[in-house]
Amino acid sequence: MSAVEAKSVPDRLEALEVTTTGWSAEARGHALARLRNAGLPSKRDEYWKYTDPTTLNADDAPTAALFNAGEKPLFDDVERLKIVFVDGVFDAEASDDLTLENVEIARLADTEGADIHWAKGLYGVLENNGQTPVKRPFAALNTAMATDGVLIRVTGPVAKPVSLIYRHASDTSDAVLHHVIRVDDGGSLTLTENGPAAARFNKVMEVDIADGAAFHHVRAQGRDHERRAVTHMFARLGKESTFRSFTLTANGVLTRNECVIELTGDDALASVSGAAVGDGVFHHDDTVFVTHDALNCESRQVFKKVLRNGAVGVFQGKILVKEGAQKTDGYQISQSLLLDEDSQFLAKPELEIYADDVACSHGSTSGAIDEDALFYLQSRGVPLQQAQDLLVLAFLSEALEEIDSEELSDALRHRLEDWLARRSS
Amino acid sequence: MLDIKGLEVSLEEEEKQILKGVDLAIQPGEVHAIMGPNGSGKSTLSYVLSGKDGYEVTGGSATLNGDDILVMEPEERAAAGLFLAFQYPVEIPGVGNMTFLRTAVNAQRKSRGEEELSAGEFLKIIRAKAKTLEIDADMLKRPVNVGFSGGEKKRNEILQMAMLEPKMCILDETDSGLDVDAMKLVSHGVNALRDEGRSFLVITHYQRLLDHIKPDVVHIMANGRIIKSGGPELALEVENNGYADLLAEVA
Repeated sequence: MSAVEAKSVPDRLEALEVTTTGWSAEARGHALARLRNAGLPSKRDEYWKYTDPTTLNADDAPTAALFNAGEKPLFDDVERLKIVFVDGVFDAEASDDLTLENVEIARLADTEGADIHWAKGLYGVLENNGQTPVKRPFAALNTAMATDGVLIRVTGPVAKPVSLIYRHASDTSDAVLHHVIRVDDGGSLTLTENGPAAARFNKVMEVDIADGAAFHHVRAQGRDHERRAVTHMFARLGKESTFRSFTLTANGVLTRNECVIELTGDDALASVSGAAVGDGVFHHDDTVFVTHDALNCESRQVFKKVLRNGAVGVFQGKILVKEGAQKTDGYQISQSLLLDEDSQFLAKPELEIYADDVACSHGSTSGAIDEDALFYLQSRGVPLQQAQDLLVLAFLSEALEEIDSEELSDALRHRLEDWLARRSS
Repeated sequence: MLDIKGLEVSLEEEEKQILKGVDLAIQPGEVHAIMGPNGSGKSTLSYVLSGKDGYEVTGGSATLNGDDILVMEPEERAAAGLFLAFQYPVEIPGVGNMTFLRTAVNAQRKSRGEEELSAGEFLKIIRAKAKTLEIDADMLKRPVNVGFSGGEKKRNEILQMAMLEPKMCILDETDSGLDVDAMKLVSHGVNALRDEGRSFLVITHYQRLLDHIKPDVVHIMANGRIIKSGGPELALEVENNGYADLLAEVA
């Protein structure tokens, strides 16, 4: 809260205004109306029962100290196109030239005056679709107020990953970025995101995947201990398309990642997965909503969390199978490994099915490390700490296996090994 | 090699004494067998020697080449040369068999101040050893013991033993759950490792394993003590007459 007297939530929302006059202005106006209508969430809201949004709602971002792990930047060895944001502000010098075959990349802030039809048809549209049946006020806030982001249109196979890098330079930064991605029929893109981004980060990504197209997303959310993030991914899948999204979260005082997926074309595949490791003051919430609205689609949710020293993990995952979405194959697993008795895992798995010929399974577990496996490893000469780390990585590996690229999953595996090693030293 | 004197062990969780003064001395190169009825304390002895939690040593001692192993962590005992082939090998999903073995081999080398093996060197050695135990590349790649048959699990134990080259090998009912062919294969693997500097303690219910792994000394364990020791003929006696006569003899 700022030094001046705190305003009530409705007053604060009334005070917001859309300042741009470009192509997104109309969508932003609608989003602001949605936000005013919904209000900001509080812990009293059912959807925020396990995660307190107070600091995400506050006028100003709580400060977050910068953290330097003193190691090579993630994905450094991966050949990719880099787009860098520092505290949510585009850094042209640190970024690569945005030209790449089979893809058009533009900055949201650059294109306000232009007339980008494809983006206009998506900006705030998928977000709006995702507001029913559950309100997502932070996403509406983002659509209305985003200061920048990227617009990516993929027209064919893209040879190398496009990489969004989020640096954090100010301990009070408050960043709001909104990305829109459209993958045309026959196109495929791998998009990576990594870095803490800001003291407080609100990000929305809307992804429209046409028939036969593929979108792979791999993200690592920076290790600044005090950073906060609320992120939304809204994805719409056409016929025979593929969507894969994986997130690694290590550290962060508060993270809420929502992923809203609509399977609208037959024979599509959606996978959303994550590995989160927390030690101490760490609250991580994965909230997923998958809607099956077509025939013979497969969806997978694979979430693993390793928690210790009072860290808290949350999973809210839903599979909604609409009437007529026959032959749906829905899978959902959320598991946590609690390394001590102070840590907590809260899970709310849900299935809602209106078709009669579907296979859906869900499971949620939390438990301690397997003592028998630990002794087995020790009896072969593996020191206790190393044996524990090996079992932690093994536990997380089912989620890492959802990543379609060995190069990227290896990079994340190494990052996890470093994280574990840092804790045991 | 292994010297056990008056070893007394209770369960940590409840007031129950399992070992009531076990004496056993195994010289380098010797193969000893322990037979005994269910509940006599055979498996407990193997667990206590390898350092499993849940047991409390209330008396006596156990040394490996003069070093007190009872004060060591399980991994230190392994590095000192002790190996337990488990009766029920543990499944570890998510850890590849090869990764597991390489981690173990290199951890032991490191603790002994030896150079770690490179991936290439390791691969060469393990391929040769796996072949003699009829362990294929697929079994090396799969997660440790996950989806392995009973026989595959036991062969995998022997492969670990072959890779780690321990000095003192304890085989806890390695023959349980094995068919005749698998038992031959496992025994062959064990026999290939026999040499002057390596000792074995073979725990079994049945004499038939001892047809394949020929012991120098056979001990009969009952009610937490070794009640009789002798040559291989003792195992045959048990096979023919059961334990009743021996137990009566002592009582």
